[in-house]
Amino acid sequence: MMAKKKVALKKKARPEKAKPEPSEPPKKMTTVFIMGKAHQVPDDATIMGAIEYAGYQIKRGAGCREGFCGACATVYRMPGDYKIYTGLACTTLVQEGMWLSQLPVIPAQKPIYEIEKLEPNVTAFQKLYPEIFRCVACNTCTKACPQSLEVMDYIQAAIRGDIEKVMDLSFDCLCCGLCAIRCPAEIVHYNVGLLAKRLYGRYLSKKSPELEERLREVKAKKFDKEYAKLMKMKKDELEKLYYARDTE
Amino acid sequence: MYPEYMRESLTLVEKTRPKRLELEKSGKPVFRPMTAQEREDVLNRFHPDYQPEARRIIRVGPNKGESITTEVADMLESHSRIKPELIDLSKPDYETDILIIGGGGAGCAAAILAMQNGAKSIISTKLRLGDANSMMSQGGMQAAVKPQDSPTRHYLDALGGGHFDNKPDLVRALTEDGPEVVKWLEELGVVWDKNPDGSMYVLHGGGTSRKRMHSCRDYTGAVIMRTLMDEVRNHPDKVTILEFMPTIELILDSRGRCAGGILYNMETEEYFAVKAKATIIATGGYGRLHIRGFDTTNHYGATGDGLVIAYRAGANLLYMDSVQYHPTGAVFPEQIAGFLITEKIRGAGGQPINKFGELFVFPREPRDVESAALIRECLERKNGIQTPSGRWGVWLDSPLIETIEGSGYLEKNFPAMVRQFIRYNIDITKEPMLVYPSLHYQNGGIETNDRCETNIPGLYVAGEASGGVHGRNRLMGNSVLDYNVFGRRAGKYAAQYAKSVSLSKLTVDHVADYEDELKKARIKTDRVAPVLLPFYTPEEVRKRQLTAHYEGTLR
Repeated sequence: MMAKKKVALKKKARPEKAKPEPSEPPKKMTTVFIMGKAHQVPDDATIMGAIEYAGYQIKRGAGCREGFCGACATVYRMPGDYKIYTGLACTTLVQEGMWLSQLPVIPAQKPIYEIEKLEPNVTAFQKLYPEIFRCVACNTCTKACPQSLEVMDYIQAAIRGDIEKVMDLSFDCLCCGLCAIRCPAEIVHYNVGLLAKRLYGRYLSKKSPELEERLREVKAKKFDKEYAKLMKMKKDELEKLYYARDTE
Repeated sequence: MYPEYMRESLTLVEKTRPKRLELEKSGKPVFRPMTAQEREDVLNRFHPDYQPEARRIIRVGPNKGESITTEVADMLESHSRIKPELIDLSKPDYETDILIIGGGGAGCAAAILAMQNGAKSIISTKLRLGDANSMMSQGGMQAAVKPQDSPTRHYLDALGGGHFDNKPDLVRALTEDGPEVVKWLEELGVVWDKNPDGSMYVLHGGGTSRKRMHSCRDYTGAVIMRTLMDEVRNHPDKVTILEFMPTIELILDSRGRCAGGILYNMETEEYFAVKAKATIIATGGYGRLHIRGFDTTNHYGATGDGLVIAYRAGANLLYMDSVQYHPTGAVFPEQIAGFLITEKIRGAGGQPINKFGELFVFPREPRDVESAALIRECLERKNGIQTPSGRWGVWLDSPLIETIEGSGYLEKNFPAMVRQFIRYNIDITKEPMLVYPSLHYQNGGIETNDRCETNIPGLYVAGEASGGVHGRNRLMGNSVLDYNVFGRRAGKYAAQYAKSVSLSKLTVDHVADYEDELKKARIKTDRVAPVLLPFYTPEEVRKRQLTAHYEGTLR
């Protein structure tokens, strides 16, 4: 979908921006139902933009506003369609007749554990998330994922103890919780993914000998002399050094 | 999908790509990097900081008489949210060793280190734990790990990028702790990008002389932040998390030491007093103040709250005249205007291209220089592309990366970027992105030393809220490192300090004193700060919001 008009959501105009064409046509509007109330909003707005355009000050339900934090999980239905749709308010565009509600928080179990005491295999999941073994492979979680991740596949991988696979498939997860809220087996998928990533990073990823060597050097104070020299230098000396340095 | 009228320019980008690819493969710089004089010239003429109305004199407080960013001066010359005489400090609602203000990367790192050093803490956070710019960093974290690199080389790069204004002791701490932070995060479970032999996969960033950018695909911040949050949540006996409860004033004791803060429950609108032996400000930056009307890459809560509460309590600010604009914010489509396009794109070989398909600047100048060059290309040379809504932009040639690295590289290494644009039918593996500088980072902040101490005993600062380590311009990948290095240090040193301190009578008299100072300076304003949240309500709605008394932005 192409944006044609500026959505007037910002307090101030950009001073560095050229003036819009005088012939710019008026905003095209559309009707959406925000928590059941009808509002006229620009037809190219995101759900978050529409909620703010309608006059709401969001407290819960907005975070990074760019698709990284998962604060703005939203559910909606379309007219004449029985299906429940899911999306992030910050990146989903409104559609005519959309009936929407944000989820202020997702109630979810997050077991307490000590990462140092876990083993990087299936026992970690058995101990902390035994409910994943109730997965009925219905794939509702995958359908609910706004990132289009293969959520059910990573739960199945967790059941098999394949931590690398869980890590890889859940890597781009935003923890918005839409999978968890739709799951008939009451699994909290995103916490399973997070656990797998932590287990992989700590125990299974191949270690870097270069890093160990550098840490030894720092500990042995190898760079102390050079730091002392640099920290005493005047600006012009530093400048000379800086502009003459070679680049990889 | 790009509108038809951009087609001609897009064709030119494709046409010049093979030549530019050849150049990239030659191993020589694809464009001559600027000299010191050229940098100065482009900054003076085009960087938003250097425009006449960008700064004004602040009339009250520790930095009185200094010229600082106009919007920051406005925010600092403001009233408190509370009447100090209504606050009863004789029976604090919470008591703890350390109050940590802010639940982003620095706050969580501080909580973990505080706990490991025997201190209990409370995290007071305005939104949810992890709702922070830390969550959004895409490109990576600098650390000098490779044999051909060294912490001192990292030191020189950071200093040059910051125009040599950086505080040396802070830069040393930043660069020397770098390798340790890589290791610490891996042990907590961060999945770093690696080469098949286990060595770190690193790229260049703007202003780096060695490849030292460590990443987790382009979800670097998201992976680190969630790991830190998870670790914090694994210790509820030692760390109490209070969400949607920002700290809106500091508490001092009768001897002028920081002794906690006043928290505001944004949902029930109650205020609570937290008594703490030490306090750490980790509130991040101020992108949501929309300085000079710019769009921002920042998260919803980035309103500089820590600055104002520390300032009222008497803390010095440093380099508050300097704002970072990220060279590549999205300008098309309109819905994602201002969104961050990671510098990692240029680190991997992406090039900024004008409407004629020409490369016009070295792609990895320090951020302020690169931003100024992009603005010059659009506004002076008129070689930019205008969007249907009137915004200017230049192309960021991402398909070039796919040609250099092979098909599938972008999808694997930049999943967030690919996803961001495919929603609007733009496939960045085949078409470039349209970009323009976007308000990104608070270069300055509350002045600290390498133990994160301020001029107020018991008050520590870490992360973007602090000032000095980046001078007047931060390099890419140094803020992820910053919040880890100084978050850890703040946690450790505050915990050590908390062991020996015994507080005397608590007070918020400084709030009343600041109010007097405003009056004496004849400053009449209805501004209330901390700002807490920006508001994006349209004019027509605001005209009907006729409640007689507003509490800041919260109606």
